[in-house]
Amino acid sequence: MEMTTTITGFVALYIFLLAAFTGYEIIGRVPAILHTPLMSGSNFIHGIVVVGAMWALLNAGSTLEQVIGFVGVLLGAGNAAGGYVVTERMLEMFKPTNKASGADKE
Amino acid sequence: MFSTFLIDAAYFVAAFLFLYGLKRMASPVTARSGIVVAGGGMVLAVAAAFLYGFDVSARAEPYLTTNVILLVIALGLGIGWAWISGKRVAMTDMPQMVALYNGMGGGAAAAIAATELLSGNALAHGPVVTVLAILGGLIGAVALSGSLIAWAKLDGRMNKAWRLPKHQYVNAALLCGALFIGAVVTVMAVVGAEETPILLILVFFAVALALGVLLTTPIGGADMPVVISLYNAFTGLAVAFEGFVLQNPAMIIAGTVVGSAGTLLTLMMAKAMNRQVSNIIFSDFGGEDDGSDGEIQGTMKACDASDAAISMFYANKVIIVPGYGLAVAQAQHKLYEFVKLLQKQGVEVSFAIHPVAGRMPGHMNVLLAEAGVPYDIIHDLEDINEEFAQADVAIVLGANDVVNPAARTRKSSPIYGMPILNVDQARQAYVVKRGQGKGYSGVENELFFLDNTSMVYGDAQKVMVQMIEAVKSLG
Repeated sequence: MEMTTTITGFVALYIFLLAAFTGYEIIGRVPAILHTPLMSGSNFIHGIVVVGAMWALLNAGSTLEQVIGFVGVLLGAGNAAGGYVVTERMLEMFKPTNKASGADKE
Repeated sequence: MFSTFLIDAAYFVAAFLFLYGLKRMASPVTARSGIVVAGGGMVLAVAAAFLYGFDVSARAEPYLTTNVILLVIALGLGIGWAWISGKRVAMTDMPQMVALYNGMGGGAAAAIAATELLSGNALAHGPVVTVLAILGGLIGAVALSGSLIAWAKLDGRMNKAWRLPKHQYVNAALLCGALFIGAVVTVMAVVGAEETPILLILVFFAVALALGVLLTTPIGGADMPVVISLYNAFTGLAVAFEGFVLQNPAMIIAGTVVGSAGTLLTLMMAKAMNRQVSNIIFSDFGGEDDGSDGEIQGTMKACDASDAAISMFYANKVIIVPGYGLAVAQAQHKLYEFVKLLQKQGVEVSFAIHPVAGRMPGHMNVLLAEAGVPYDIIHDLEDINEEFAQADVAIVLGANDVVNPAARTRKSSPIYGMPILNVDQARQAYVVKRGQGKGYSGVENELFFLDNTSMVYGDAQKVMVQMIEAVKSLG
């Protein structure tokens, strides 16, 4: 089965367009109380950069590339893990105990 | 290769989980589960990325064993350090941690750009890919050094706004220099060069990092949340660009979504502060004083915490304005204890939250939620600002710029035009403050000099303890 991904030219632009609108729509109607957690959450999501750095390190063909790749993975992993922990801790507080107005049950 | 198919399938699922998780994070009810869903996507993507090891380029094959070992070490160190530091950091210090982690993401994107340019992978794919690699590297490096400066400022390691003579020209020159080097590399890709000279790449990233530093140093602390949000969007964009270079759809989609969502968040935050993003980046907010301080009439009056507490005890309607000082003193729990005593007495208590209370929009809500304050007595600026005129007492705890009437009247003030909470309209205002210092923007606060304002000096935590004691002794 041949299903390799090649993203070039207009296909790339279409993906960019659709993803950009998706991000805009998801954030569009968010209450102000969630701005900080959401910034933190989106900070976590671009931690996906770690997989790119992993590819770069695995394909490193010289010592210099190994060093840069190592740093890349280190930083990317920090972004992903730190972003997750911090976001999770913030959102932890939105959990129970509120007889709140806007927080109806799902 | 079958491993390629597995990786692509894993990325597809991961991309779905990111979007679904982010969507759930956008509502207070489902937010908690949202981050867990997105986290699952991340674990899946990282696990799948190990499969890259089965299909490396010919020139990397001799290095593969070392590379895998390095990979495991780097992942372990990165995750371990970030996990522990993220768990340990106090809630009040969250904003700078977000800045730090964001800078790391930008650095990772820049590192990918560097390896792709050095190894010749980017050049082999033609000028378009080369341009994207360069732009991603530039934006990522700016996000890295800029976020580090933002972190240092919020963490109190760097307090002064710092600028060079002709600062904006230096920035413009750096940007032009980076773009020029990028253009040179692109031309090399067009004429079919196989590798980029190391020196050129080094200079390119040095210039980009310097640009990030110089863009951020002149910006005052009050604007830092907007700047962090902007760099967050930058990193997203850099990740998306490098995703195109690596033909990695998960990076493209996640990066682009963050880029656009982050841009929108930045605009929303800037709007809440009545600031324009371009003004923040290119202006002097938080800079030197304009020398108009001397015109303020009146004197500051000090008063005891217990007196203030007693007058609130006998009031009908009290509005509390919490600020960063409250958070620093970790006094939100004591504050809520005091509020419950007032409520038992039948006093109507509400919280008024300025859009930028704390250090980021929504930061104060997080801190109050931590103390267990129910949502229904916490109000936004638009909802509560009219009610100050009917309030018997308004008490400001560790907030300053967001209650400064100069924002309404004094055109020369750097905070002019920012929406503020109308504390000056309450019958009596108390301001709990550690000393007579100025706010984060460095502007003198006219509110403190008004006839119906009394200052309660002291650490917010200690003041709250005194207030609780005073009220308890009454009843």
